[in-house]
Amino acid sequence: MWQIFHKLGSPKWFFGIAATLMPWLLWVGVAMLAAGIGWGLAFAPQDYLQGNSYRIIFIHVPAAFLAQSVYIMMAVAGLVTLVWRMKLADVFVKAVAPVGAILTFLALFTGAVWGKPTWGTWWIWDARLTSMLILLFLYFGVIALGAAISDEKSSARAVAVLVLVGVVNIPIIKYSVEWWNTLHQPATFKLTEKPSMPPEMWVPLLLSVLGLYLVFGWLACLRMQTEILLREGRTRWVKELIQARGS
Amino acid sequence: MTTEFTVTLRSPDTSVGTATAMKAVFIRDLKIALRQPQDLLNPLLFFVMVVTLFPLGVSPEVSFLQQAGSGILWVAALLSVLLSLDHLYRHDFDDGTLEQLVLQPQPLFLLVMAKSLAHWVLTGLPLVLLAPVLGVMVHLQGNSVAVLCLTLLIGTPVLSLIGSIGAALTLGLRAAGVLLSLLIIPLYIPVLIFGTGTVTAASEGAPVGGQLALMGAFLVLALTLAPFASAAALRISLSNS
Repeated sequence: MWQIFHKLGSPKWFFGIAATLMPWLLWVGVAMLAAGIGWGLAFAPQDYLQGNSYRIIFIHVPAAFLAQSVYIMMAVAGLVTLVWRMKLADVFVKAVAPVGAILTFLALFTGAVWGKPTWGTWWIWDARLTSMLILLFLYFGVIALGAAISDEKSSARAVAVLVLVGVVNIPIIKYSVEWWNTLHQPATFKLTEKPSMPPEMWVPLLLSVLGLYLVFGWLACLRMQTEILLREGRTRWVKELIQARGS
Repeated sequence: MTTEFTVTLRSPDTSVGTATAMKAVFIRDLKIALRQPQDLLNPLLFFVMVVTLFPLGVSPEVSFLQQAGSGILWVAALLSVLLSLDHLYRHDFDDGTLEQLVLQPQPLFLLVMAKSLAHWVLTGLPLVLLAPVLGVMVHLQGNSVAVLCLTLLIGTPVLSLIGSIGAALTLGLRAAGVLLSLLIIPLYIPVLIFGTGTVTAASEGAPVGGQLALMGAFLVLALTLAPFASAAALRISLSNS
């Protein structure tokens, strides 16, 4: 157990593992995403109330799902950075923060596109929209702080503190905004309940959520590899790797 | 600074109790700040000026001001606290006092708590005292002014405490002020929501006990958790410089 843990901290070891995992993540993810979105957009039945416009949920819900869980993952990695000083955990945080921000933006954007025909307006100061917007601000803060501190170690730990402070605040923000104003329907999937939509709708949705998770995994691996190469540029294994690729 | 306080701060003397050390830090911060009264006045002036902008920029109508007044005052107070946060550690960081503080045998988070409380006494408390005057100027009705002051009294220490995390994280960085606002504003949102929500409820005649209790919970949470994060951030920033 501890050996795996130590290995996990080694950028070189991770680089190799990521290289073998990445094609699987990418192709299985893309296949699931294509199946989910294709099924959802072309074959799933129309909604009796919203007609075809509801179909954007096959993109909206996966993005929103991932936007939130990426922040949680970052918080876990932040804790690992602070407690065990593991370099890779910080590499993860730095690599996925912009991805998380883009997913949050995508969720907000698709929400706005859906809101126009359904609610009649692009934007409403509704609880869930607002808390997603605040989540986007939290991502921006993490990215900005990471960019502002040039020293690698301090930057890692400072960002970890900020992410953890943010994650303590997320439930507080969520509930205070919810009491403040709410219009959005409740979450689509709950672990404890059966989904309220027919299987022809939720199966493709679930497929696209899982597919996006896998594609995110691929993207995270790719970005982490890049970050590792940048940081470890002076080590021998990176030089050997580059020479092997170059020839 | 009297010799007595110098000794308490400088010597790594474990026989000095934590409470004594906290008191020393607290009083020292107050004394230093009181020597530069203009620095204390500036956030207050900023508060008054921002509030003035709204009737001029949006509408001087009584009905609008009555409705938006509590929000305007809260946002202005929030910005004014945000503006003053840079001072919290900056001077101590520049002259090396902060390093001495970190080296003290007393737990750093308690000393940080003392510093945050001193910051509140110097910025938050004057805002609370000034709020009734501005409350009358935006035509808040009798009871709402009192509730507004109460929410500010509970809410501004939360602003100082949460803000101390941001101040510690951005210590010694370029363009720290803007970055600080970027990091901290999202964390201020719950306080703002409940601060203005309580006043609105009061003006509609609804009971406000529950919302005030929630704000009190925010205060307790911030008081117990924020100094920990702030102390950790201070250690990181100092190891960086």
